[in-house]
Amino acid sequence: MFSYYIQLGLRSLRRNPVLTALMVLGIGLGIAASMTTLTVMHLMGSDPIPWKSDKLHAVQLDNWDVNNPYYDDGRPPDQVTYRDAQALMAAGKADKQAAMWKIALPIQPENPEVKPFNSLGRVTYSDFFSMFEPPFAYGGPWDHKQDAEHARVIVLTKDTNEKLFGGQNSVGKSVRMNGVDYTVLGVLGNWKLRARYYDLTNGAFADPEEFFMPFTTAIDLKQRGSGNNSCWKSPADGWDAYLDSDCIWMQMWVQLDSPERLAEYKSFLDNYVNEQKKLGRFPRPLNNRLLDVNAWMKDQRVVSRDVEVQTGLGFAFLAVCLVNTIGLLLAKFTRKAGEVGLRRALGASRREVFMQFLVESGVVGLSGGLVGLLLTGLGLLAVRALYSSYKSVATLDLSMVLTTIALAVISAVLAGLYPTWRACRVQPAAQLKV
Amino acid sequence: MEFRPILSALMRSKVAMILIGLQVALTLAIVCNALFIIGQRLDHMARPSGVDEQNTFWFGSNGFGQGYNAKVVQQSDVALLRQLPGVADAAPTNSVPMSDGGWSTGLMLQPHQKKSTADSAIYLVDDHAISTFGLKLVAGRNFKPEEIKSLDFGDRLLPQVAIITKAVADKMFPDGNAVGKQVYFDLDPPTTTIIGVVERMQQPWMSSETVENSTLVPAFMPYGNSTRYLIRADPGKRDELMKLVEQKLTEANPSRIIGKMHSIADVRNDAYAEDRAMAIILGVVIFCLLTITALGIVGMASFWVAQRTRQIGTRRALGATKFDILRYFQTENFIITTLGLIGGGILAYAFSLYLMSAYQAPRLPWYYVPVGFVCLWLLGQLAVLGPALRASRVPPAVATRSV
Repeated sequence: MFSYYIQLGLRSLRRNPVLTALMVLGIGLGIAASMTTLTVMHLMGSDPIPWKSDKLHAVQLDNWDVNNPYYDDGRPPDQVTYRDAQALMAAGKADKQAAMWKIALPIQPENPEVKPFNSLGRVTYSDFFSMFEPPFAYGGPWDHKQDAEHARVIVLTKDTNEKLFGGQNSVGKSVRMNGVDYTVLGVLGNWKLRARYYDLTNGAFADPEEFFMPFTTAIDLKQRGSGNNSCWKSPADGWDAYLDSDCIWMQMWVQLDSPERLAEYKSFLDNYVNEQKKLGRFPRPLNNRLLDVNAWMKDQRVVSRDVEVQTGLGFAFLAVCLVNTIGLLLAKFTRKAGEVGLRRALGASRREVFMQFLVESGVVGLSGGLVGLLLTGLGLLAVRALYSSYKSVATLDLSMVLTTIALAVISAVLAGLYPTWRACRVQPAAQLKV
Repeated sequence: MEFRPILSALMRSKVAMILIGLQVALTLAIVCNALFIIGQRLDHMARPSGVDEQNTFWFGSNGFGQGYNAKVVQQSDVALLRQLPGVADAAPTNSVPMSDGGWSTGLMLQPHQKKSTADSAIYLVDDHAISTFGLKLVAGRNFKPEEIKSLDFGDRLLPQVAIITKAVADKMFPDGNAVGKQVYFDLDPPTTTIIGVVERMQQPWMSSETVENSTLVPAFMPYGNSTRYLIRADPGKRDELMKLVEQKLTEANPSRIIGKMHSIADVRNDAYAEDRAMAIILGVVIFCLLTITALGIVGMASFWVAQRTRQIGTRRALGATKFDILRYFQTENFIITTLGLIGGGILAYAFSLYLMSAYQAPRLPWYYVPVGFVCLWLLGQLAVLGPALRASRVPPAVATRSV
């Protein structure tokens, strides 16, 4: 019976092509607007590492100016100083820990056909790789010993290895950067992060890093980072004074495997800051935070306000389209009063008529969903053209395709409820009189 | 007038009326707020940067290897660039307006002030900057070549002289006459003497609340091995000059990487990409929304006309003119639209209040809603015109036929 109703629905679509086109187009546009914006918002804000996002925590310490908080609302700074990063790494109180920052270094390829190029790298500790779990294609990360030894080693990303070594296994080869040779220990596989959540200071969708290098090794280069640097009082002249200053330019992450460990680490941090206060640092009230990945992304507004407003607007637009569909379905079903009367007179129950018209609404929804899917695809292409950095978040995956179709069918069936109910109340007798 | 019969007819099909009214209400509320946001974005994008955007471009140079001396390279680069054909002027700089990366500091009037008097972007430049950026000096004088200090990155910035924008001058010295005054770059002396004021020069950050607060500091200060230059080309020569500059600088010193050439026009484009995208997306939504609403009105009106064909015929047979029928449907639409618009007006302000509380958006100016009323009235009248004309052509004879 269900397939018969679907056939009836399809036939009814053809009977009144203008009205049908209006409804299908209406649902399609509404679905496309809401799904395009929802996809972008969903992918932007989605958990990048769901299996352990509650264990990874960004460390925030408030070493800022006593008179002027870092953020107007009093939240602690988003980065830490070299001094504090160094002290927390040395203490090693978390299950895993990695301080990090961003550096730009020129790479001088051995291959004379590849021109020297500038590359962005992440300077960090060996725990970074087991905390954030990038996949390795060849080799692996450096270890704690190499951290301590300031080893001249490097991990390349897939693209950089492609550029320098044609994608071959380059483990053991060396890469010259700014006149210094580094040995390749590992090459990453495909690591596509939507938001670079561990360092949001230059935007979540900034260019990815091209290599990874030990923190200790990079500090020896005495070269400033290429991310954000903020100071609330100017440091004295020179590199050592800079390292010793209250300027913030590093991100600090810790892995804490249980809530008890989290509580322990929090009290360790509070003790650390209280000790520092005795040395005359940290003039502001105690304001340490350990946000996990999702809370951190929310705090740093990875999903921009514009995207939220656009999503709200997309759904408001869908609401208008649905109101429109209700009206049009009402018109369509009212016209079919005679047909309903006939079916009822021939013995169909109200239930059966109700089912038939509901299926018909569903068929309209399904068609609208297919049109909407096509338009969503176009919409996402448009988003990618408009926002060059949103390439990774403006893509349709299977779950979003299914959501689109489901949303369309559900909306159309909901929109069809009232018109269907009205259609069922038709009195057979009133329709059969001539 | 015939308001009453129309109204009583409408009351017999409340649902259809509510649906159209609701659609009109939502449309008005969305369109008003979306148009307001578009207007804000366009205003934001229209702000002048204060620099010559047509003829200028900038790029970076990154040296590598031992023995690379960025300070020496900077001096020879600047000399080389200034004598290239097609170059109107060239200057070293650490940043340019709208580029989203740079240096800022708080300027103070007293030592150890708790809060700085003005936050300002810092442009590290030489005496060619005013001419290269195309800035307008409105008071005082330009830097002299001997005032440009050679510093290492990481040295404290304590310039003897500086040039500020009018915005900084107005903030720090509201009584005027900033030239000759002293400002503090750090907690303690020495102080810096203001020697000139330029009319306008934006900061690198477009979301800054003090976007015109900028200060020019005379210093050669490479960032490690990296230096950056701004070039103003002779009119029309910009694009060909970009290629020439890249080639000449690479030839002059091959142990470095010359970065991508960015025209300031492109820098502006990138800086406002999000605003432009938002305006376009909202514009498309408004267009689709008005189309859907208009088509919805056409659909419902057509349905009503079809449903009432006999009654129309009867009215015509009883002496109503074609114009009476037309006017009936136009008036009916006017009543429904008006009811929807009243609800929509309230909804528009409700949306605005929500945006204000959740996103610190400014309040929707009052005139958006009345203007929206007029537009949607027109839209409704136009949408219903087709079906109404069809209705007016129903022949009176229909009344006598049976279905």
